[in-house]
Amino acid sequence: MKRLLLTLVVIALYVLHQDIWNWRRVYPMAFGFIPVGLWYHACFVVAAALVMWMLVTYAWPSHLEEEVEGRVPEKKEDAR
Amino acid sequence: MIPAIVVFIYLAVVVYIGIFAFRKATGKAKAEDYFLANRSLGPFVFLLSLFGTNMTAFAILGSSGHAFNNGIVTFGLMATSSALVIPLTIFLCGTRIWALGKKHGFMTPVQIFRDRWECGHIGTVIFFVQAALLVPYIIIGVMGGGTTLNVISGGLVPFWFGGAIVALVVMSYVFFGGMRGTAWVNTFQTILFLVFGAIAVTVIGAGMGGFKSAVDALLASPATAPLLTRERISPYYFFSYTFIPLSAIAFPHIAIFCLTARKMAQFKKTVIFYPICIMAIWLPCVFLGVMANRVQDVPAIRAKVEARRMLATQGKTLPPERRDELREQSAGDDTLLLLLQRFAPLWLAGLLGAGIMAAVMASDSQILALSTMFTEDIFAFYGGKRRFGESVQVQTGRIFVILLTLFAYVVALQAPESIFELAIQYAFSGYAALSPLIIAALFWRGSTKWGALAATVWTAFAVVAVAVFQATVPAPAPGVTTVCAVIGGVEALARTPGGTAVFGFMPVVPMVVGSALLMFIVSLVTRKPQATTIEKYFARST
Repeated sequence: MKRLLLTLVVIALYVLHQDIWNWRRVYPMAFGFIPVGLWYHACFVVAAALVMWMLVTYAWPSHLEEEVEGRVPEKKEDAR
Repeated sequence: MIPAIVVFIYLAVVVYIGIFAFRKATGKAKAEDYFLANRSLGPFVFLLSLFGTNMTAFAILGSSGHAFNNGIVTFGLMATSSALVIPLTIFLCGTRIWALGKKHGFMTPVQIFRDRWECGHIGTVIFFVQAALLVPYIIIGVMGGGTTLNVISGGLVPFWFGGAIVALVVMSYVFFGGMRGTAWVNTFQTILFLVFGAIAVTVIGAGMGGFKSAVDALLASPATAPLLTRERISPYYFFSYTFIPLSAIAFPHIAIFCLTARKMAQFKKTVIFYPICIMAIWLPCVFLGVMANRVQDVPAIRAKVEARRMLATQGKTLPPERRDELREQSAGDDTLLLLLQRFAPLWLAGLLGAGIMAAVMASDSQILALSTMFTEDIFAFYGGKRRFGESVQVQTGRIFVILLTLFAYVVALQAPESIFELAIQYAFSGYAALSPLIIAALFWRGSTKWGALAATVWTAFAVVAVAVFQATVPAPAPGVTTVCAVIGGVEALARTPGGTAVFGFMPVVPMVVGSALLMFIVSLVTRKPQATTIEKYFARST
């Protein structure tokens, strides 16, 4: 269920990227000089970062981590 | 000359970082250490260098140039589609590539393909297609370096000398520092560009008397008002562009970079902050590119605007050669540099030029990736490592770095830049069309080597076909398309002013769809790898 919801969120974000309703609009301008088409996509980037946070938090493939870290000890001398 | 001196100091710092990193690695002449930094990069370096690896001259200078001529649409086209698709593919595929590398010692994508699909020579075919698509990047990096130094120094540093300096610097730190040196240099360069990008916006904004008045002036003119909307680009084209970032995970230098993380947890910050880094760099570049249309007191910018106007008003009546000439004149790839020259004080222009140089020099990762691929996928696979040992393999990689850089430099001096700019466009579409390979290898039990071969051959064929088509049919005037094939009353194939349209979409759409379909259909009808091999990859299927 969680995966399905996250998949739907990603698809919704992809659909929202195609904002044809802003195609020929300039107004409203953010801060008086950023056209709405640019401002929308700046907000879209922030939304993308939030969705990435959700994916990392709720769908992290931790089994891969467990498999690997069970086999390969951490190389502390190379830690940077 | 002061800005050029600042850039030379910056280049010296870059070489120092590369050699410093090399010293850390002294005594470990192991392939994994040289090519993958011993799979030991921490979260900070991993995020910034992975991001820096993706920020090429084409991305930075090209984005402001595209925005100069097409407007704010550039941000949605190139940046926000990448902000969604690239971190998503790193999350889904990058983590799995990392895990496979840690578990089985893979160092290149072709090694994964060979093992996953039990194939040998098909992997070699994939190597050659990947290499052919990557070389133009390296050449354009050298060209970008030469151009940047030439413009920053006001013409005092000739193109051939600037290109040679950049080639030598990149070659030095890749040769001595390998992946560790490259990663640290990329980290330094990304920080530089992030900081100086913000300074550039402030300085140029203040110099223009504030952005509000500049935007109002753009809106007041019918010629420039459309730059603040997206009406110069069709929604089909806009949609098509969302396929381009699929290329990121198929690029060998990105896939190889995914193998360098010390722990998988390091992907977390990279995935979350990648979109923000994209915005921090692209938003200023795009916005300044659009605003440059108001800077009419710079002769070079005025000439570009004039060429664009002539192309729009008289393009239909001009011969194709004259149209190409005007297109070249109106290209805005040096817009950012021209704005810096106009508005920044000399010392600051040098620092900002160094920031731009940082982006231009992103070809280091591609050079190292090709060297890794050659030594692992060809030299080691065909018995070189077994016969001569790992030390010779690393030396072979270093010699390959020298030869490749020399080749790129010689070609950069001989060929016109526009050819390679086109080649890069094809490379993006080509790598996007190769993305079904990595996705199928990681997520689909039923995929086979024959499906992979079919998708690879299709990609090579499609890239060549588009290149030949665009070379054969001249680009029409703005606002016009040359229809070459109609199916059922629908325009199936057309030459547009900016490229090619297939059913209204960019070629990348049919290329990716065709590649995915071929992978699917051919895999369905061909023999699968052994059950033990499939279990190795899908023992705990996700």
